[in-house]
Amino acid sequence: MTQRGMTDLSVRVGGLTLKNPVMPASGTFAEGLALAADLDRLGALVTKTITRELRTGNPLPRVAEVPGGMLNAIGIPSKGIPYFLSHILPEMRRFAPPLVVSISAPTAEGFASLAAEVSVPGVAAIEANISCPNIEEDGRAFAMRADSTEAVMRRIRAATALPVWAKLTPNTGDIPEVSRAAEAAGADALVVANTILAMSVDLNTFKPRLGNVMGGLSGPAIKPIVLRQVYQAARSVRIPVIGCGGISTAEDAAEYMVAGATAVQVGTATFVQPGAMEAVIDGLDRFCAARGIARVAALTGAISREETDEAELEWTEPVA
Amino acid sequence: MPDTAAPSMRPVSAEPAGVLSHTALNAEYRHLVLRAGPRATAARPGQFFQLLCPAPPGEAPFLRRPMSLYGADTAAGTVEFLYKVTGAGTRGLATLSPGDELDIMGPLGRGFALDRGWRNIVVVGRGAGLATLAPLARAARAAGIGVTALLSARRPELVVSEALFREEGAEVIAVTDAEGTSGPAHAERLLRGLVAEGRADAFLTCGSARLLRVQQRLAREFGIPGQVAMEQQMACGLGMCFCCVRDFEVEGETVHRRVCWDGPVFDMLEAVA
Repeated sequence: MTQRGMTDLSVRVGGLTLKNPVMPASGTFAEGLALAADLDRLGALVTKTITRELRTGNPLPRVAEVPGGMLNAIGIPSKGIPYFLSHILPEMRRFAPPLVVSISAPTAEGFASLAAEVSVPGVAAIEANISCPNIEEDGRAFAMRADSTEAVMRRIRAATALPVWAKLTPNTGDIPEVSRAAEAAGADALVVANTILAMSVDLNTFKPRLGNVMGGLSGPAIKPIVLRQVYQAARSVRIPVIGCGGISTAEDAAEYMVAGATAVQVGTATFVQPGAMEAVIDGLDRFCAARGIARVAALTGAISREETDEAELEWTEPVA
Repeated sequence: MPDTAAPSMRPVSAEPAGVLSHTALNAEYRHLVLRAGPRATAARPGQFFQLLCPAPPGEAPFLRRPMSLYGADTAAGTVEFLYKVTGAGTRGLATLSPGDELDIMGPLGRGFALDRGWRNIVVVGRGAGLATLAPLARAARAAGIGVTALLSARRPELVVSEALFREEGAEVIAVTDAEGTSGPAHAERLLRGLVAEGRADAFLTCGSARLLRVQQRLAREFGIPGQVAMEQQMACGLGMCFCCVRDFEVEGETVHRRVCWDGPVFDMLEAVA
């Protein structure tokens, strides 16, 4: 038997020390979750993406279910910076975990000025959402290429003293190059990744199932793809990587950490179970305790690439 | 509300509820009665739950499904839903038998608000909206408010909440497509009659854009308050994802509001039918 609280769950990530490695993915979290979950237990809080311009978001429908997950094309509805400072920030400051503010802008200058304006007391770090597939035409985003990633991250880095996390896109052919570009530009951590650009068609109507036609795929369906990208990113840089893609259980989180993640973000799973993040925290504790691992941070990058010899294979229990 | 409250103190629970009974009411509607905890049974008329529907054969619904409350009884420890099988989620619900468990998250959203100053209200619903309005029958009686219910459906056997409204002392006017009585012009004549008799201190409605427009017109003409329960596809149910927004007219401006968080019950005059 193991008890809750046996493992040291704290991690150091991107300029912050978190009491555990579990936080919400931007866009899937708001104060409403406090009705059904204990937000003070989380490692950090991450806001929905803030923009300078007022945005109403995309036409409906904004979500569509697919096997193992969902598509979304919400389109970042935003009430602008004054509303963030007067409403969202005070609301979030009621909670204990450090607050990470997600920002987005159409230009590098826009990102920089927004980063400066949200660098206020109560904000612990900035997550630069340079990867939303739902803002630009055809799902384009800064983080699809190394040069645009480096350019925008340099501007943001120069504009704020806060830790800056770069949220990368899985919609790039070159995760190692983009990761190195973000690191070279001064990012304190990488968030890998965002949703995968996708679509679905309703065969009763021949219409796209999202009002925006294309959207982002999230949920368990994308986990193996993003896990691979986290592995690639973590091997390419020295800064911490935060894994984000299809995590629903502590085992998913542990898999990401072993592949190289220092912390994890949970998103879509919270829509199905509001207590998903708390369950991941408790489960990581048990996972480590059951294996005699004293610190969860020891999981990070602990992947074994030793070859298993034939004799050992013979005695390996089949996986249930 | 306290943000560090113990799980039992949080207003919304996501927990398994045992199926007590599950019966077909007619060819289309099924009635599900669940044994639930005190937070769930405290649900108020117009609120809803997010149901984690079991997977029907060959399908795998991923997200929860919003379902408006049909009945809640704290003393009996039950919550009830009345639904029509329309998609993967409700096909899954239909597989439940007494003794099974269903994970229900709720109660969610803002329900109907009964004003103590009202003496008589008019409840107007159609189709599946009749289930949403049903809990008002008992709540209005408990508040000493008289109810006239104008209930519309395609066929007489589909006027699902009729008996319940009658049991709670409401006067019921059932109109149906089959009998040719469900048109908006007829509804307007009936509602004007109730206004003239002083029996319409408020309109509470769900389930029909046509009937909503009739009531909005009368509400403006006679200065009668009204509330409407709206529906929309949802993902999170907690105001986080912004997928369930609808347009509302507020002080001359069109604004988006989240059905799950700002509603599902809204000021009738702000709703865009």
